[in-house]
Amino acid sequence: MEAGIKVCILRVAGTNCDAETKRSFEDLGVKAEILHLSRLVKEKSLFDYSALVFPGGFSYGDYVRAGAILAKRTLAKLGSDMKEFIEEERLILGICNGFQVLVEAGLLPRFSRVSEHPEASLATNIPIGYHCNWAHIKHENSGRCIFTQKIPKGKTLEIPVAHAEGRFIFSKETETDYLEKLYENDQLVFRYCDENGEYANGKYPINPNGAFHDIAGICDDTGRIFGLMPHPERAYYGWQLPNWTRKEKIPKYSDGKLIFQSMVEYLKKNFT
Amino acid sequence: MEYQVKVEVSLKPGHSDPEGETTAKSLQDLRYPVETVKVGKVYTFTLSADSLEKAKKQVDEICQRLLANPVKDNYDSVVEEKSDRVSL
Repeated sequence: MEAGIKVCILRVAGTNCDAETKRSFEDLGVKAEILHLSRLVKEKSLFDYSALVFPGGFSYGDYVRAGAILAKRTLAKLGSDMKEFIEEERLILGICNGFQVLVEAGLLPRFSRVSEHPEASLATNIPIGYHCNWAHIKHENSGRCIFTQKIPKGKTLEIPVAHAEGRFIFSKETETDYLEKLYENDQLVFRYCDENGEYANGKYPINPNGAFHDIAGICDDTGRIFGLMPHPERAYYGWQLPNWTRKEKIPKYSDGKLIFQSMVEYLKKNFT
Repeated sequence: MEYQVKVEVSLKPGHSDPEGETTAKSLQDLRYPVETVKVGKVYTFTLSADSLEKAKKQVDEICQRLLANPVKDNYDSVVEEKSDRVSL
């Protein structure tokens, strides 16, 4: 295990895929701890960790709105620590429900500062329903996002989605300006596309939820906070691929690994 | 003083409402002459405050901080002094 680097995977009622996320980090030689929010607040310090992960799931039953309660609880209990954690250039990753948490907390898109109220939303899927299928996403980032440094711009990744509220939107009044800002600041990270890399242009099921501009993942203006709807931890190993038994040679790893690898490379460089 | 609060959160006009559309279709299947359905959430709770004005201010804060996402939601609230009278 890499000395000095520790990743906190935050658990509360209803979170999932924490075990897969932990295993992904450990495969890369990094210690990862699944920790309940209450234990983190009462027994530990956020500063014991160089990265914080909000995993997938349905935190607090998705009550009020998906991610809203965990977002507000985290800010209420760890608000000033979170601010310092971000200032110290540590990493925050949100996967699926974790992405919803980061948006509800005002940590994404976070154009220049944490916003008091959410500036985006992950709304109910169109068409309505829980969608669990393999999706293709195209890497759009030109280098800002720490979490995709190992991924060439324009590369198409195959990673599954599993959610009912994943339709990324801005308010009608701000969507043109904010989309421009995402491009200007290099905060756009992934867009839904088909297997050949052609953008979905809103077409279902290539865009599985009706997301504005086919947005599947964005980072903040520092590139150190990142959220995405697809689950990279469910596409870490080759044997997690849907067609792995039909492959002549089963690849050891799959596309999701690139995200964890990028993250770990930054952590090794900056926190050991 | 205790206040009885009712908050209704609904989607802003112009935002897609897939739950409402699906419900409308189902009602049409049942042959009800329904055109559109809008889905929202209702929260009821009691709140302690020194005055009605302060209670209303707190309810506004509650809506903005948790119950509504201003990107897509509108909210309406009714705040009334809590009555202990038992209705017969």
